[in-house]
Amino acid sequence: MKKLLIANRGEIAVRIIRTARQMGIATVVVVSEPDKDSLAARTADEAVLIGPAPATASYLNHEAVISAALETGADAVHPGYGFLSENAAFARKVIDAGLAWVGPPPEAIEMMGNKSRAREAAREAGVPVLRGTDGPLREEDDALAIARGIGFPLAVKASAGGGGRGIRFVDTEEELLAAIEMARGEAGSVFGDPTVYMERFVPHARHVEVQVLADGEVFVHLGDRDCSMQRRSQKVIEEAPAPALPDEVRERIRSSSVELARRCGYTGAGTVEFLYDPAAHEAAFIEMNTRLQVEHPITEAITGVDLVREQLRVASGQGLSVTQEDITFTGHAIEVRLNAEDPSNNFFPSPGTISALQWPEGEGIRVDTGVDAGSVVAPFYDSMLAKLVVSAGTREEAIAAMLAALKQVHIEGVKTTVPLHQALLARPEFAAVEHHSKFIETTPGLLEAL
Amino acid sequence: MSDIISPIPGVFYRCPGPGKDPFVQVGDTVTAGQTVGIVEIMKQFTEVQSDVAGVVASFAIEDAGMVNPGDVIVTITEA
Repeated sequence: MKKLLIANRGEIAVRIIRTARQMGIATVVVVSEPDKDSLAARTADEAVLIGPAPATASYLNHEAVISAALETGADAVHPGYGFLSENAAFARKVIDAGLAWVGPPPEAIEMMGNKSRAREAAREAGVPVLRGTDGPLREEDDALAIARGIGFPLAVKASAGGGGRGIRFVDTEEELLAAIEMARGEAGSVFGDPTVYMERFVPHARHVEVQVLADGEVFVHLGDRDCSMQRRSQKVIEEAPAPALPDEVRERIRSSSVELARRCGYTGAGTVEFLYDPAAHEAAFIEMNTRLQVEHPITEAITGVDLVREQLRVASGQGLSVTQEDITFTGHAIEVRLNAEDPSNNFFPSPGTISALQWPEGEGIRVDTGVDAGSVVAPFYDSMLAKLVVSAGTREEAIAAMLAALKQVHIEGVKTTVPLHQALLARPEFAAVEHHSKFIETTPGLLEAL
Repeated sequence: MSDIISPIPGVFYRCPGPGKDPFVQVGDTVTAGQTVGIVEIMKQFTEVQSDVAGVVASFAIEDAGMVNPGDVIVTITEA
């Protein structure tokens, strides 16, 4: 690999460039019109304008991205996260164009993209799954009998859904059949596939996940993360390792995630997501993300492994540089996502020009940013500006270090979610790991105080 | 005539999703509070509603066009 095209924008494009440069690989980023002068465009060796602001006409345009790669002589494509990163058709086009695809085989993307197939693959690999339908719910099935076996409340989920979308919750038997009917209709119109399945619903669940890496021969895990602090199913704060997880649960999700990767012929970086029921001490499969994760830096912080380097090594045929024995875990790391949103106005997006910007500095602090002073935060894309990561010896120290680091963040020109993070990290529930994925929405007074 | 303005910056869409029918067409009768389009900003969608009852006279912004706060999006001939 001599020249890498990055089909993404913002902080993740900048982050990928950093490792590519360390490896002596030249970089090209594709940019939309409003991103022409972005930090990523200025940091890469080359930037290629591929279209106007709407992502469908630029970052999601398969042909424009591949043409840019061929015209600049790139030999590989890194999709980052979001956009085309989990698009099997795009991955195939990249490979067919003779370029290296920095990601798993398209077949693995496809299988994990279909939630009922993914659930079956997980179950067969010994990954714990929630009580639910074995495979999709068929028209001729006795849905009520199956639902009674699962128990209420339960969730009716679209097979083609994911990321918190395409889910309907059912509390009672009476609501079931109508809910399935509506879920099928919605899934058909939103995802183009009316297939649904049923699963037990766990209230007050935590979100834990396992990072895996694979090169086709070696399959390893890089430990776990907890991303329970979420707002509207979007992660807000992440930490590694996952706190307050019984040893046997931790061991089972780690080893079965590696087994799932092995069975689906996985290559590169992937994340197996679980919900964890703290009352029952049980973890259960949610989905597998077949790409680099936003929160990968906290895993890098506790393992010392550069995940992008491993991805690029695997894509260029060099294989992983580590085996399971090489991977050790040190200390505790926390990441907060800094979004251009106004916490005092129901998190309304806050685009604008960043007139002044100062990041915290010091030992154990890492900032992955897509913006600098003078950057324009356009209204077209995701609101995440940067990720602030701290690592320390213990979880308690990491929380204190993050609160200290947040005090040093100085951003003018746009509103940010800094006050939300300060409020959450100071909560006794977070310190005691009593929070869950609906904590932000269900805690009275939390948001009002911002 | 009543101008419906965008309170926020973003991208204006006349349809609820790709391949869907527009919320309203020129010549359609609308009621006060009816949705005439949506503005997307950073993946959040805000409905634009008519303040008045009447007939849609014109669109000042094309589908997928940029809007700034205060920009006129739709003009309604009041009933």
